[in-house]
Amino acid sequence: MPDTPSPNHGFPGRLLVFEGLDGSGKSTQADLLGKWLQSKGYRVFFTEWNSSELVSSTIRRGKKKGLLTPTTFSLLHAVDFADRFERKILPPLRAGYLVVCDRYAYTAFVRDAARGCDPDWVRTIYSFAPRPDRVFYFRVPVAVTLRRKLASRLKMNYYEAGMDLELSDDLVESYTRFQGRLKREYERLSTVDGFRVVDATRSVEAIQAELRADLKPLLVKFPTVERLTHDR
Amino acid sequence: MTDRTYGTRLPRMPEEALVGKLIVVEGADGSGRTTEVTMLREWLEVEGHAVVDTGLRRSDLVSEEIDRAKQGHTLASTTMALLYAADFADQLENKIVPALAAGSTVLADRYIYTLMARAIVRGASREYARHLYGFAVRPDLIIFLRARPEILLHRSIGKYGSLDYWESGMDLCLSRDLFESFFLYQDLLSKEFDWMATEYGFEYVDANRMPEQVHQDVQRLVAPLYGARFVAPRRSPRRPPRAVSGVPRRAASA
Repeated sequence: MPDTPSPNHGFPGRLLVFEGLDGSGKSTQADLLGKWLQSKGYRVFFTEWNSSELVSSTIRRGKKKGLLTPTTFSLLHAVDFADRFERKILPPLRAGYLVVCDRYAYTAFVRDAARGCDPDWVRTIYSFAPRPDRVFYFRVPVAVTLRRKLASRLKMNYYEAGMDLELSDDLVESYTRFQGRLKREYERLSTVDGFRVVDATRSVEAIQAELRADLKPLLVKFPTVERLTHDR
Repeated sequence: MTDRTYGTRLPRMPEEALVGKLIVVEGADGSGRTTEVTMLREWLEVEGHAVVDTGLRRSDLVSEEIDRAKQGHTLASTTMALLYAADFADQLENKIVPALAAGSTVLADRYIYTLMARAIVRGASREYARHLYGFAVRPDLIIFLRARPEILLHRSIGKYGSLDYWESGMDLCLSRDLFESFFLYQDLLSKEFDWMATEYGFEYVDANRMPEQVHQDVQRLVAPLYGARFVAPRRSPRRPPRAVSGVPRRAASA
């Protein structure tokens, strides 16, 4: 029987979420997993955090001018997520796709908590976002993400380093402390929300194999495009 | 510090106490709200209080996005509610809180209650709306100018010559007829204001009357905030002119 509704949100699709610190390798893994699922004949839809156009210019402008407070920062990201959810996540979920999300509401939970917002309040404003069918949390020491960041010579941005919190005048020091806060919050959520913890210090191949194995049971009854066409 | 807000801690609340008074004036378009805010400001300043006024959708941060979204009518209700909340938070933190900390009186021409009512009639739950605005500073006084829908209608027509698309809730598709939609929408809103009145403690003022009469009631409510008692000036023996067909007019009775 195709389109068995998910026990978590009641839609025929499945919601697969990738969470973790910047530089934990989750985007690479999400990408590889999406390709594999597609090759298996599943209908896959891929979406990233901060991909909506609606308020990204405001967020950018606000960040540049230093206009954002923790509350407005949080609410603007919530606007962005709500828009993304409404347009990019909900429709494929209702249409029976495997929706792969590179970051979900949990990213907001950890960032906003690190900025001092009331965690219960943040949860409530995201209450429109349903519980995913799987959350992969890429666990990695902050020192590793810092090394990857420095090696790739990517510019460390102001907010990613939590410079707005004035933890330290030094960018690297601030980054380390802020990412440490995020990690602590992720670790806390991993128990509360039942994340599947992935040891992200291993090789790309080893991690990918683990993800694929983990998803197999979840996909047993999930229809491929081929099966759907034959059914109808 | 949650005692000055509706339950949610506001990060970066200033250390000093918010000693200023926050006075909110709520009411539909046509309730005489803006007229009353102007009169109240004038009076408070004459009494020697520094007044900062604020309204909805006046911040620089997202007003552009709100206008754009309104033109397209494309945003889902949750997204829109959050966008308004972001705009409100910006004003609260950058304008209202600093003014209160500096000891000014903040006069708000509408506040979270209008935003909540609008969000709820567009599909948000009451719980959601209440939590969303949990970070708002509790006002010292919430004045609600209540006028009958027929009065609102007449004033709106008198002022703009027609009804406003948004104030008539046309985006809700309650009716294709503008007038009918207006009445249905105002009815939905007032149901929400009713429960809020109890929960948040509104002071209702009968706004079906002339601005001077409304203003006296408001003054009577506001004076105790400053430890004063308002004594209405002696009435002139002449009768003030009546409003013509419900259109408000500043009575030139003096």
